[in-house]
Order: sequence, then C-alpha cells, then structure tokens
Amino acid sequence: MSTSVSNTAAAPLTMQQKRIRAILAGIPVRLTVLILVVIWTVPTLGLLVSSFRPAAAIRNTGWWTALFAPFTADWTLANYIQVIGADRMGLAFSNSLLITIPATVIPITIAAFAAFALAWMEFPGRKFAFVIVVGLMVVPLQMSLIPVLRVYTDLRLNGTYLGMWLAHTGFGLPLATYLLYGYISSIPKEILESAHADGASPMLTFTRLIMPLSVPAVASFAIFQFLWVWNDLLVALVFLGTRSANVIVTTRLAELVGSRGQDWHVLTAGAFLTIIVPLIVFLSLQRFFVRGMMAGSVKG
Amino acid sequence: MSSVAKKDRAFEIFAATPARILVALIIPTITFFVLLWSFNFMRDSRAPRIMVAIVALIVGVGGVWALYLALNHLVTQMPMRIRDSLLPYVFVGPALAVLTAYIVLPSLRTVTLSLMNRAGTEFVGLDNYIFAFTDPSMLITLRNTFLWLIIVPAFTVSLGLLIAVLVDRMSETGEKVAKTFIFLPLAISFVGASVIWRFIYFYQPPGMAQPGLLNAIVVALGGSPQGWLTIRPWNNFFLIAIMIWLQTGFAMVILSAAVKGVPGDLLDAARIDGAGEIRVFFNVIIPYVSGTILTVTTTILILVLKIFDVVFVMTSGQFQTGVVAFRMYQEAFIFRHFGRGAALATLLFIGVLPIMIRNMKSMKERR
Repeated sequence: MSTSVSNTAAAPLTMQQKRIRAILAGIPVRLTVLILVVIWTVPTLGLLVSSFRPAAAIRNTGWWTALFAPFTADWTLANYIQVIGADRMGLAFSNSLLITIPATVIPITIAAFAAFALAWMEFPGRKFAFVIVVGLMVVPLQMSLIPVLRVYTDLRLNGTYLGMWLAHTGFGLPLATYLLYGYISSIPKEILESAHADGASPMLTFTRLIMPLSVPAVASFAIFQFLWVWNDLLVALVFLGTRSANVIVTTRLAELVGSRGQDWHVLTAGAFLTIIVPLIVFLSLQRFFVRGMMAGSVKG
Repeated sequence: MSSVAKKDRAFEIFAATPARILVALIIPTITFFVLLWSFNFMRDSRAPRIMVAIVALIVGVGGVWALYLALNHLVTQMPMRIRDSLLPYVFVGPALAVLTAYIVLPSLRTVTLSLMNRAGTEFVGLDNYIFAFTDPSMLITLRNTFLWLIIVPAFTVSLGLLIAVLVDRMSETGEKVAKTFIFLPLAISFVGASVIWRFIYFYQPPGMAQPGLLNAIVVALGGSPQGWLTIRPWNNFFLIAIMIWLQTGFAMVILSAAVKGVPGDLLDAARIDGAGEIRVFFNVIIPYVSGTILTVTTTILILVLKIFDVVFVMTSGQFQTGVVAFRMYQEAFIFRHFGRGAALATLLFIGVLPIMIRNMKSMKERR
C-alpha cells in the first residue's frame, strides 16, 4: 500500500500513462474472452428462454425475439407442467434421485475401506491389488455391458434399482479407490500410530479418524460420481431399460427426442429439468466440483 | 508372574473363543439374510413405490456399512493371529470382489465372446473383427471415430489453452466469471447438451420461420436454411462441435492451473529480450505446460473414444454419423449380435490399452 502511494507521488504522469496503456492493451483480450463467453452461454440460454415460451411461439419466432422484448412476449409454465406430469419427467426425476444417491454412497464406502487397507495395512498382494485398481480405471465400461447384462437377466436384476447401484458401484470403484488412497495414504503416520497406541482397533481408527479426515477427498469424488450417475445414459439404457416405471431423466429425455423430436416446448422444459440438478451442484459447490472433475477425468 | 498370567489369558481366550465365534458368526449371517430379504423385496415387491424406495435407500446406504461392521465383528472374535491376517481382507475384500465381478471377469468374457457368433454359442475366429474392419458401414464408423479423436482434442486443448492464457491477464473477478461460464457446460449431461444443440441445428423448409439459431443466422445473412444433421460428411462436424463445447472448460481449468505455474521471471526475461506476446506464448508458455497438455489430451482422447450419447440422441447413427462406441451399443443391444458388440468393445479396450499399461507401470515404479 505505502509503496504504491510513494510511487504515484514520485511519477504520477507515467503511472497514469501506464495504466491507460494497460487498459487499452487489455481491450482485445477482454473482447476475445467476452465473445467466447457469449458463444459458450448462448446455447444454454436459448434452451432456458424457450422452455418458458408457449409451443406456438417457439415454433414461429426465434427465442431471441422474446429475450429482446421480454415484457411483450408470452411466458408460460405450461411446458413444465406438461413435461413433469403427462410426460412423466417428474417420475423420472424421483427415479434418478433414488438411483444416484445410493450409487454415490455405496462406492465411496467400499472404496474408503479398501483404500485404508491398501494404504495402512500389511497383507500379501497389497501392491499387486493397487496396481490392478489403477489399471482398471481406464477400462471402457463397454467391456462389462454384455456379460453383466447376461448375469443380470439370470438373477432378474434387470430394471431394478439394486442392479443400477451395483453396476455404478463397480464402474466407479477403481477411481474412487485410487482417489481415496491418494488422500488416505498421505495422512501423517504419527496420527495413526498414536491411535494404535491408545488401543484403537483398525475399525475404530477407520470410522473415527480416517473417515472424518477424508471429508475433502470424499466430497470431491462424491460430486464427480453423483454427476456421472445422474448424467449417465448408457448404463441406464442397458440395465434399466426404458419401461415406463423405470425411466430416469436421461433415458426419458432421450426417449422424448425420439418420439416428439419437433415438440420444442416439451424438449426444452424436459432438458432443463435434467440439467438443473447438475447446474445447482456446480454453482454451489464449484470448488469441490472442479477438484472432482480434475481428479475424475481419468475414469474409464 | 508373567508366565502364569500368560497361560491364564491364553486359556481364557481358548475357552471363550468357540462361544464368541458362534455369536460372531450369527451376526453376519443375520445381516446377510436381512440384505437378501430386502434384495428380493426390492426386486419383486408390488408394494407402493415409495415403500420400495425407502427400503431401497436404507438398505443401499446402511446395508453396506452393516455388512462391514458385521464382518469386522466376526474377525475380531477370532484368535489374535488369525485376526491380524484376516482383517485386511475384510477391508479390501469387498472392493476386490466387486471389481472382479463387474470389470475383470466381464472383460475376459467379452474378449472370448468377440470370437463367437451372434448368440455366443459357436466359435467363429476373427469373423467379428474382419467385419469391423471391412464392412462398408463400419469403415465409415471408423472414419468418423478417427475424425472425433483428432478434432475434439485439437480444438478443446488449443481453445482451452488460449482462454487460460487470456483470462490470466484479466482482473481476478473477470477471470472467475469468464471461467465459470466456459466451464458450465461440463456439468450438463451429453443428453441434455444434445437437446440444446438439436435446437440450434433445427431446420424448417425455406420460407418458414427458423427458430433454430444456426439457420436463423444463415437466413439473416441471405443464405437458405440447411438440414445440418443430414449433410454428410459434414454432419459429423456438427456433432463434434457439441463435444468441443462441452469439454473446452475442462481443458481450460487444468491448463489454467499450469499456466499460472509458469514462473514470472521466465516471462519477464523473455519480454526483456524483446519477445512479443505471441512469441512468449509459443516459446515460453507452451513448452512449460507441455506435460499438462499431454495429460489433458490423453484424458480427452479416452473420453472421445467412448462417445456414445451424443450420437445416440442427435442422429441414432443415421446419415453416416456412427462411431465405434455407438455401434457397439447398436450391435449388442439393438441388433442383438453379441459377437460383434463384444468385438467392438474389445477394440475400444485395445485403444486404451497403451495408456492403461503406462499408468500401471508408473504406479509400480513409484511405490
């Protein structure tokens, strides 16, 4: 603070000139960034605006006309009412939640136990198990679909919540284990030794010490896995199918595109309903989200 | 004193062990049967959906913990030596079991299925792979996959790097806001993004209103509206654009962290030597972040290799827009040709194999 004041006092003119020059030099940069931001935002904006317009208005005029004359344009909630009720997006929404929450919690639990053992317990095959986990991270899930579907058919797990949870648990587990291992293995040795000296069993150490300490890593992975499962289409198409009671937001929306591909009032409202949860998660938990996306980018 | 006490304690453990083990066995058994019952309940129940849902949530979230605690209880009742050698497997065992059941065994099965006929009943050698590399429609599919693999990483990485460098020169708030907007599409599902872009590419015959943004622009500039998704082979580029839109934010965020790591001294030295901003960008920044560029490129390559949803929603693979991961789904689950589906899945696996081996090697060396 004081240095900047003395600088300004010593050479006020050059400082001002410098500042003006810096602002001028910054204009191309800002303009370029602004253009890119607009290009990146307009698609989603068009969807959002259209979802509140009457069907006929969407068909006959561009959404931007309503945006430029917001007070004279017609706005409506009818699209949402229709898509939630008659088009079963409400049901799909609740199904998505019911599948996504356990499909996030279960792999985290299993992975945390495994990561703790891999990081802090001695047993034969430990190193080998860890290398395998790392290798499995990038295996495309297409490799699992056909055989697992066959087993599911025999066990009558097709079209069940349970089948979906387990499938997403399996596909998310390598990444979850790897991430939590990275975090849990970096917990200082002294903390674990003192717990051991106090007579804490491994289970107690895990539940009372490791889990609370791992919250940041768990949060990052939880967000990644939540969004991954919520946004997934392929696993749901194969194991859950599109029978009416089982639809989730992604399969329902894909189905709507197929059956009512020109009904933009339905499609825009439906699409906005499917992306609203990820958007809220993103905007409220951006820091964890970015960390999770970065860490999770290697998933197979 | 110590030897007597030791004997006593040893005896105590010995005497108490059978009873304790019995109890300990009962607890996991009960847990197991409760889980099994709820499993059947969830699968077969005609109870109201909300009931099933509640049971599902409780079992799903609590059941897994219960199973671990029960197993742990069982093992801790055992004599010390057995306990210490078994306990790690209580922790790591379920994870390994799930990985084996959902990834390892199915993958091996998929490789063998890829050498078998449609229903997986007869060995057909490499027929499915020959199909994959000779069938005319597959050749187009391979060409498209190749296009995706080249264009998406090239654009996302260079755009991401450009934005990362540009926003680095803005005020902190400006940078944060700009990054948020570019990053936002990453939260959107491929299905949602596909609907967004179908609307942009929407086509109405000439003379009618054009609510689709792209055709509206074309008409405003005096052109005639196009059915973008049906013009081959250019329709592939319109699908690829969606992926670029979605993934640029990812490249930007990671590259931005790397760009901020370029030492200021290095940049100043280059500028003092008379290098312009463009030369600084190419001769200082890019070499410095080349490792990160490689990582981001690899990640996006893996992602693009498996792209399925965009093609499924936009065109269902019509108009020559299929890609390998989409064809895999189509062959296996629509045409029910499991042999071909498995072969295409195996091709995807072969695609990531070098990365997998490299990752495993580096892990082995590190520890």
